[in-house]
Amino acid sequence: MTADLRPPAGGRLILPGYQRPAGVHPPLDSPEYRSSRQRAPLRPLVPLPHALTEVTGPLLGSERVTPADSDLTTRHAGEPLGERIIVTGRVLDSGGRPVPDTLVEIWQANAAGRYRHQVDDHPAPLDPNFDGAGRCLTDSLGRFRFVTIKPGAYPWRNHLNAWRPAHIHFSLFGRAFTQRLVTQMYFPGDPLFRYDPIFNSIPDAKARQRLIATFDMDLTEPEWALGYSWDIVLRGREATVFENAGEGR
Amino acid sequence: MSAQGLPVTPSQTVGPYLAIGLPWEDGPFVVPEGTPGAFAISGVVTDGDGAPVPDALIETWQADPDGRFAHPDDPRGPAAPAVPGFRGFGRCPTDGQGRYRIVTVRPGPLPDPGGGTEAPHLDVSVFARGLLNRVVTRIYFPDEEAANAADPVLAAVEPGRRDTLVAVAEPGGFRFDIRLRGDRETVFFDV
Ligand SMILES: [Fe+3]
Repeated sequence: MTADLRPPAGGRLILPGYQRPAGVHPPLDSPEYRSSRQRAPLRPLVPLPHALTEVTGPLLGSERVTPADSDLTTRHAGEPLGERIIVTGRVLDSGGRPVPDTLVEIWQANAAGRYRHQVDDHPAPLDPNFDGAGRCLTDSLGRFRFVTIKPGAYPWRNHLNAWRPAHIHFSLFGRAFTQRLVTQMYFPGDPLFRYDPIFNSIPDAKARQRLIATFDMDLTEPEWALGYSWDIVLRGREATVFENAGEGR
Repeated sequence: MSAQGLPVTPSQTVGPYLAIGLPWEDGPFVVPEGTPGAFAISGVVTDGDGAPVPDALIETWQADPDGRFAHPDDPRGPAAPAVPGFRGFGRCPTDGQGRYRIVTVRPGPLPDPGGGTEAPHLDVSVFARGLLNRVVTRIYFPDEEAANAADPVLAAVEPGRRDTLVAVAEPGGFRFDIRLRGDRETVFFDV
């Protein structure tokens, strides 16, 4: 693809942009989520064509990650409290292609619903054996895998008696600036979904379901950990003349 | 293509506790400390009341001084980096006063697919509690008047708001404040 797109001498750059899926992401203006009322822009976003800065992006490699970074349960002498879980899945683009060698970062509350952060004053215990941050690189098939503790739900004062459903924060780079995504993974069957303005800020009910991991008996490790799978789909390329005409990529 | 493709995963806010997982010690350094010609871009992130936002994260992405990207999708092919250790990427959480600071070098101008030239710029993502998706802006340089005047992206912005995308020179580098909402709101792009 790289060679196909190189412009002839004096010719123009041909850059396939990335798809712009409509109705997937929450609107920035979501007043049920109280913090958005001070922080979400009021003016309409200005369309930005996808040029060189947008179709490229940081390719953060193995220098950022050690294998131990993907296991959040082995950072301290003791075992963290809570339900040990394996969270695994694939990072794909919307064309179905795996996104290999891309950095995945996570952070989360402990089993009691408390974050190791000075701003979190939820009166639930900190766990001396749990920090709550991890990272890994996807493999050649776009797969990631973390070992962690199932996070607890926590209260957050958005409205009277507001509780966040249990979730793990995920940050993904993909291969291009346009693909950058920060999101949250939820757990199946959580009774708090219907009350949560962050989860429900996503307008399409089907799209919301895509943030919920699947319990997978095949991923469990006997006498050790439960298993959840969750695939993440980043925006894919727009079709190009070259992809339509030839062998594609 | 999207019809038969996989549906995209929706965004969610980074929340108030991003500092647990995202900051890196060397994150603010787009180029190694001590790189000749390096300067700082710093500023304050403020909300609709003009109050500083102490729990935001700024990320920047830019070309090197020759206008090149070390990336397979730069169709001009590989080029030796113009600056040793150039990373192109910067990441800095805001502090208790809403301030961020990255250390970088000036990117070169870029050819754009329309046949024009984009003025030197950085793409910026802002993540924060209260933002259900990142917001994206660009930093341009105040002493590039001719290049900025010819820039196709700036040209598409209402003239009265373009100055929100242009940094201000200050000793040691540039200042670029980000006003998320309201009075003189920064221009944000739909990327
Ligand atoms: Fe959270």
